[in-house]
Amino acid sequence: MSEPVLKVDRLSLSLPSVADRAFALKDASFEINAGETLCVVGESGSGKSMTAHAVMGLLPPAVKVAGGSIKLAARELLKLSDREMRQVRGRDIGMIFQEPMTSLNPLMRIGDQIREMFEAHGALDPSARQKRALELIEEVGLPDPARIVRVYPHQLSGGQRQRVMIAMALALEPKLLIADEPTTALDVTTQAQILKLVDRLRSDHGTAVLFITHDFGVVAEIADRIVVLQNGEICEAGKTAEVLRAPTHPYTRKLIAAVPSITPPDARALADAPAALTVEGLAKTYKSGGFFAKGRQVKAVDDVSFAIRPGETLGLVGESGSGKSTVGRCCLRLIEPDDGTIRLETVEIQAMTQRALRPHRSRIQMIFQDPYASLNPRRSVGRIIAEGPVAQGVDRKAAMRRARELLDLVGLTPAAADRYPHEFSGGQRQRIGIARALALDPKVLIADEAVSALDVSVQAQILDLIRDIQKRLGVAILFVTHDLRVAAQICDRIAVMQSGRIVELAPTAELFANPTHDYTRKLLAAVPGRDAFAHAN
Amino acid sequence: MNALSRFAANRGALIGLFLLLVLVAIVVLAPVLYPQSPWRMVGRPMGAPLDGNFLLGTDTLGRDVAAGIVHGARVSLLIGIVSTIAALLIGVPLGALAGYFGGLIDDAIMRFTEFFQTIPSFALAIVLVAILQPSLPSIVLAIAIVSWPPVTRLIRGEVLSLRTREYVQAAVTVGQSTPRIIFTQILPNTLAPIIVMASLMIATAILLESSLSFLGLGDPNLMTWGYMVGAGRSRIIDAWWISFFPGLAIFLTVLALNLVGEGINDALNPRLRKEVRK
Repeated sequence: MSEPVLKVDRLSLSLPSVADRAFALKDASFEINAGETLCVVGESGSGKSMTAHAVMGLLPPAVKVAGGSIKLAARELLKLSDREMRQVRGRDIGMIFQEPMTSLNPLMRIGDQIREMFEAHGALDPSARQKRALELIEEVGLPDPARIVRVYPHQLSGGQRQRVMIAMALALEPKLLIADEPTTALDVTTQAQILKLVDRLRSDHGTAVLFITHDFGVVAEIADRIVVLQNGEICEAGKTAEVLRAPTHPYTRKLIAAVPSITPPDARALADAPAALTVEGLAKTYKSGGFFAKGRQVKAVDDVSFAIRPGETLGLVGESGSGKSTVGRCCLRLIEPDDGTIRLETVEIQAMTQRALRPHRSRIQMIFQDPYASLNPRRSVGRIIAEGPVAQGVDRKAAMRRARELLDLVGLTPAAADRYPHEFSGGQRQRIGIARALALDPKVLIADEAVSALDVSVQAQILDLIRDIQKRLGVAILFVTHDLRVAAQICDRIAVMQSGRIVELAPTAELFANPTHDYTRKLLAAVPGRDAFAHAN
Repeated sequence: MNALSRFAANRGALIGLFLLLVLVAIVVLAPVLYPQSPWRMVGRPMGAPLDGNFLLGTDTLGRDVAAGIVHGARVSLLIGIVSTIAALLIGVPLGALAGYFGGLIDDAIMRFTEFFQTIPSFALAIVLVAILQPSLPSIVLAIAIVSWPPVTRLIRGEVLSLRTREYVQAAVTVGQSTPRIIFTQILPNTLAPIIVMASLMIATAILLESSLSFLGLGDPNLMTWGYMVGAGRSRIIDAWWISFFPGLAIFLTVLALNLVGEGINDALNPRLRKEVRK
């Protein structure tokens, strides 16, 4: 067998002394051959991104290489000078980043950005550069290359920008392509297209691909071999099919078991009761433009109707921009709807003033997406939870006592009440957010992407907690998510949204078995690793 | 590393803090060091520094320059702090209202703020002091009126970004009242930029007061550094010390405040700090 493209041998990266562990990466060894895709999988903080940055020679100043070697086609990268490393980047190693929205220069035309790749390495003459740029745009599947070279990044969608990034990464035909969570910020249908594109380019050009991801679904789609990282150490490595089918390390087993299955569990029997939340004909239109600019109208929510019974979970799924979050926020009047009725049990809230609404706010509460932004950093956890009851007129001492009970209910120690949010992990913070939502004994909970920012193992725990709380308290839940796996596991019924409208609403099992709308079918087909994770949990 | 130890690791900030402590000590000890009025003529006119009993010499009328500087320190510090507090009292509520409510209220407040920003601030201060008669309160008021607009802009920007945070939305959903949300959820989180800005504003206020006094618009009953520089400027060739030492005092005080302000800024926003590269 020939020399591997990338050979990482016993690589260790040390962290500054204030960090919670000494090594970002410890004694990591792996290699990638030409035309092969290696996935580095791990949860946040496992050191997977540091691995990619070490290969690129782009480590943050605080992280130092403590030992080992990185060989690119038998050439030691760690011994290169800054100048030599600059030659390697782009020419021998291409890189795609996570965030397509910020990785392109907003003030440069797409064509100029691609041509810059050649200029930086002194490759080709100007007319050949232009020709090659057009070819590259064509190759990554962007329509109308002659137009694309002249547009600016903001005129392209996220998926299109990621294609441009791939075109740039591949401009000089590098031997190695590093992709650091390139599809995490994209919608599921776009993600499927980008994964296909990366895979096609790999087989066409024989490029070695180092693919960093946290998503086992993506791994199942694209990887030839995988390396599983836990706290900076490789705990398992091997062929994808083997590792996914028969993981040997307990951590890998835990991670794979935590991936929610796309097969929904059996339907639950629900008591027939009057709806806790009824929404009829909800509409919201955003208008842009000022005095002089011609106004543009976007129908974010268009004639949306649904009802949720006590103890039931209704999933609201769709891609970004489909209006699913706007619906959730309209139900809470965080966004003012233009039209329609919102009924909480028997009270219609859409026309109330904010002041009149305040006493009714306890009936409907929200669990937010970002566990890091949803808790005020300057207030203790106990006070954060007690704020709601205090605002509704409960005595402060009683509210604090209740806050401690709630912390116990969501699986934290009551002593946590005296600590501040920054002392907790993401999953723990999400538990605090749930405790806050429960403090007012709501009848309806809106969960807006409540588990999307969490690692898969934590995600499973939070989903269990939500299910458990629903069983005990009988709340109705509107579960807004982009993740069909999660929706399959937690929702009784699912409403699929596209461009502000509900295109299909059906019981979960039925929706997955017989999707009637084309868009639903497209969404289901795009779920990564569909076949590999079809097992019922 | 917490903010305090980051501040302590900053040499410039420590020097600034030391200078400020010296200044505060001078203000506190002024009645002991120079119990007599600084206006009293105590010696021969235009005595050179260290000539006779006077450490920093005497001015054109035989008044002790050192006594003037010690008593002037009290006025400078007082005006710097009081006018900054006054400017914050105008700027913070306006910025918070504009940022939180947005829309028409934001437009109205920001146009009003821009109205003040378009007028050259020193010219406006001169006009205000001239109309109101030069006195300590009118000078404080004039400085506050010309220095609140940047505070409003800063707070508005902070509040605009904070109000979209999920914890503020959570406070809305649990039914907290609007004033309560502004005071408990939003303003405490703008504290760091306010402290940094205030420390730099004190320096600007001291400079502004000195400039006013230099032009003869200071409180006529108070010995200030600006007045001393102004009074000595016609004899700068043959008696340099009369203008030089009060000028040095202004320079050191403003420098100290800027060093401390920068230090606090770096300590509170460690990520914005310029990276030290080899």
